[in-house]
Formats: sequence, structure tokens, C-alpha cells
Amino acid sequence: MLHVAVATRAFRRYSTYTAATLAGIFTNSVFGIIYSYAYLALWAENPTAGGYDASDAVTYVWLGQALLMTVALWGGGTTDDLAERIRTGDVAIDLYRPVGLLGWYLAGDLGRATYHLLTRGLAPTLIGVLLFHIQLPDGPVAACAFLVSLPLAVTVSFALRFLVASTAFWLLDASGPRVLSGALAMFFSGMVLPLVLFPGWLGTLAQALPWSAMVQVPNDIWLGKYPGTEVLQALGFQLAWALALLGCCALTLRTATRKVVLQGG
Amino acid sequence: MAEVSTSIVAPARNYVDIATLWVRAAWAYPGSFLMMAFGSLLITALDFVGIWAMFASIDSLGGFGLREIALLYGATGVGIGLADTMIGSVERIGVYVRTGRLDQMLTRPVPLMVQVCADQFTLRRLGRITQAGIVFGWAATYVDWTPSRIVVAVVMVASSTVIFFAMFTGFSCIQFWTTDASEFANAFTYGGNTLTQYPLSIFPREIMVGLTFVVPIAFVNWYPCLYLLGREDPFGLPQWLQFCSPVAAVASLAGALLIWRTGVRHYTSTGS
Repeated sequence: MLHVAVATRAFRRYSTYTAATLAGIFTNSVFGIIYSYAYLALWAENPTAGGYDASDAVTYVWLGQALLMTVALWGGGTTDDLAERIRTGDVAIDLYRPVGLLGWYLAGDLGRATYHLLTRGLAPTLIGVLLFHIQLPDGPVAACAFLVSLPLAVTVSFALRFLVASTAFWLLDASGPRVLSGALAMFFSGMVLPLVLFPGWLGTLAQALPWSAMVQVPNDIWLGKYPGTEVLQALGFQLAWALALLGCCALTLRTATRKVVLQGG
Repeated sequence: MAEVSTSIVAPARNYVDIATLWVRAAWAYPGSFLMMAFGSLLITALDFVGIWAMFASIDSLGGFGLREIALLYGATGVGIGLADTMIGSVERIGVYVRTGRLDQMLTRPVPLMVQVCADQFTLRRLGRITQAGIVFGWAATYVDWTPSRIVVAVVMVASSTVIFFAMFTGFSCIQFWTTDASEFANAFTYGGNTLTQYPLSIFPREIMVGLTFVVPIAFVNWYPCLYLLGREDPFGLPQWLQFCSPVAAVASLAGALLIWRTGVRHYTSTGS
């Protein structure tokens, strides 16, 4: 119950900035249009590239724009607050709360993600439907599986961002690792280019890494690329990475709180 | 004459002074600085790997090969990289309005534009400029160089820097009215950069016309690169447009400065 309360507060906190949200939706849509034409040109040259057709590709673009903020690919969300609180030493207060720090921040980030999904996720999707007639989910199973895959995608992303923020325990300033991890996330999530187009070993590697759980896997579920029970495998892949990474977070947090002397008096 | 020179030299010196201060400050954390510079290089390098990976499935995009697209990519990347280094904190002008820092700046005997541009000046975007420069250099070996093409190439880089500078400044001014809408400008700056990484022949004619006459993004690299590559305009637009980048640069800079002036005049302190 407490975590639900944390999540709702985070949701409301982000919903304060209406102008920022509208500006963000506008920007997402501009990028959606640019990438749509780029992919239309690509699939005009090679109509079956990566096992997608042109309509799959354009749908992929707009779903990617919708997920960009929802899964906080560039970073941001509650993990940025955490990094700042580690730097200032305020994290000491978080640590003596009678509730786990990891769960507290995860709940907050899920609240934030819900807000971003309903605004910066939904709006670009609708614009994509209007301008480029993108596909709707491939049947009710795909739609349900997509909804399940979203919190998993956010959790994988959260855990990675949490690990990056934790570097502040040792480095004090986590902005360097944050930039690096953002660059990797953009590339290996399939945001720069669908991972299905990555040639050879690069494609195999990219599809196995946790970042693919953030954009490529949810998009493929929406597009119905996982027939029958393969959907469960896809969700299992996300779940496995989510649990493994949360485990790493818990471990890192334990090491940090035992070994590191916090800033501040 | 003396007046003109002091009105340019003094602000330029102020700019350099403030910028040097920030460079030295950033170097206080060399590890962080190097990681950020490498990160900025990595972001754009992976962007180009994305374009390269596209060519695993295709031979040409919109009628242009990988080398030709690399030329477009390099030109726009160097342009936005230089502009981004010069503008410093213009993107975050809304924060200055909100926190009242703009009031402090207005009381100082240095032009506001100079202060905002030099504030938080950072050399970490050298990462991006280096990466784009390497791609441009690689693609340049494909160009059949003549003296006139060298001139057009140099003018192109200068013009695209000015055009991106104008985009950053002009569109950031919306924050004088709505302080938290900083992302709006990204659609034109980073959006313009992404858009010009592709040959504009992939876009419909209406978008193309808009990018030529409304928001002159097409002059960043598209028109001059057509000249460098000796290609016909796929939209059949006249060839003289290929030499018009400096005109577009001056026009967009004038527009941006006008918006800036209006924004600053409109500004009323938060009162804090």
C-alpha cells in the first residue's frame, strides 16, 4: 500500500509540468515523422528488411517515440533524484526509513512511467495513427502481453539507471556514467535502429542484452512477431533481466552502505 | 570605426574570459570531464553505426550511397557540434528565468547574450565535433575536389554553425514565455540535425519546401552537398540555391536575434 502511495505521488509530481509535457509530445512527433520517412525510404529499397514490412517499420518508429520517455531511455526519473541525494548526502535519510530504498525508488519510477505513458506515450501513438496509419496491436493477446511487457521494460530500465546512480556512492558525480549509459541504451534498445536490422553477431548480441527488453521486445509483441507461446518466452526474457538486475542493485546497495562513508554531517 | 571595433572586441573578450573560467572549473573533475566527452562522442558515433547498419540491408537510401550520406552526416554533425559549444546555456534560459539568475545577469556590464552563451561553457562537445569530423573526412575522399568546391565546403560548415546557433537561440526564447518548455527547441535543433543526416530526397516535396523557405534547415548541408557531389537536385529546384547557405545563415541569425530581443524585452522578473 505504501508503495502505491509513493507511485501516485510521483505520478502527480510529474503531471505538474503541462507545458513541458506538450513541448515533449511535439518533439517526439517531429522525430517520429523524420524516422518514418527514413524507414519508408529504407523499406522501399528492401521491402522485407529484418523481417518487417514498411507498415511494421513505421509502427515501430511511433512505438519507439512513445516508449522513449516511458522507459526513460536517456536517463531521468527517480534515479536522477537518487544520484543527487547521494551526492549531497541526503540519501542517509532514505536509508533509515523503515522501508527498503530500492522498492521506494522503483515505486516512484513506476508512477512516473505511468504518467509518461498516458501523455508522452499515448499522444505520439495517436499522432502516428492519424498521420501514418500505424498498426494497432496484433490481436487481444498481443495487446494484453504488451501491457504486461511495459512495467517489465520500465523495471529493467530502472534497475540499469539505479546501478548508474549508485556509482555516485564512489564517484560522487554520476553524470559521466549517466551519459555513457544513455548512449548505450539508445543504441542497444533498438531506438536508433530496430535490432532486427543489425547485421550478424551484432544483431545476436544486441537482442540478448538487457536493453532489448526496453524497446525492441515490447514493440515486437505489439507487432505480433511472437506467435503462440513465444510471447511468454519474450515476457520471460524481460522478467529474467528485471530480476537479475534488481538483484545486482540490491547487492550494490548493500556493498555501498557497508563500505562507503556518506557525505554530509 | 573605433566604436564598432570595441562593440565587438570587448564582448568577444568577455566571452573568452568567462568561457575559460568554466573550462578550468570543469577540469577540476578530470575523470567526469573525460567521461562526458567520451559519452558525447559515443552517442553520435553509435548514431552513425545505426546508419551504417542500415546499409547492411540496402545499397542506397533515397538514391544516395553510404559515402554520400556520410558527407551529409559529417557536415551537419560538425555544424551542430560547433553551434552547441558556442551557445552554452541558451537552451536552459528558462531555468535562469525561474531561479531569478537572469536578474543578476542583467545588472552586469556585459551583454546578456554573451553571458548566457558563455555560462557553463564546456569543451565536452569536442567529442561530437571530432566524431563528425572523422566521418566528414572519410566521406570527403569520395568528393571530386575543385577550388570552387573547397570554398563551398568551408562556407557550408560556417553557415551550418550559424544556422544551428540561430535555431538554438531563437527557439529557446519560447522559455521567456513558458519557462519549462525547453524541449520544444529540441525538435528544431536536434530534430534538424537528425533530419539532415538523411538525404532530403526521402521526404515529400511539401516538407522540402518548408525546410528551404520557412525553417532553412536544408541549407545546413543538403544544398551545398549537392554541389560538392555534383548531383542534380532531385526536386528540380534551381542550382543557385546550392550557393545560398550564407544568405540563409544571415537571415536566420537576424530572425533569432530579433526573437531574442523581443523575449528579453518581454521578460519581467519573477520578483524573487
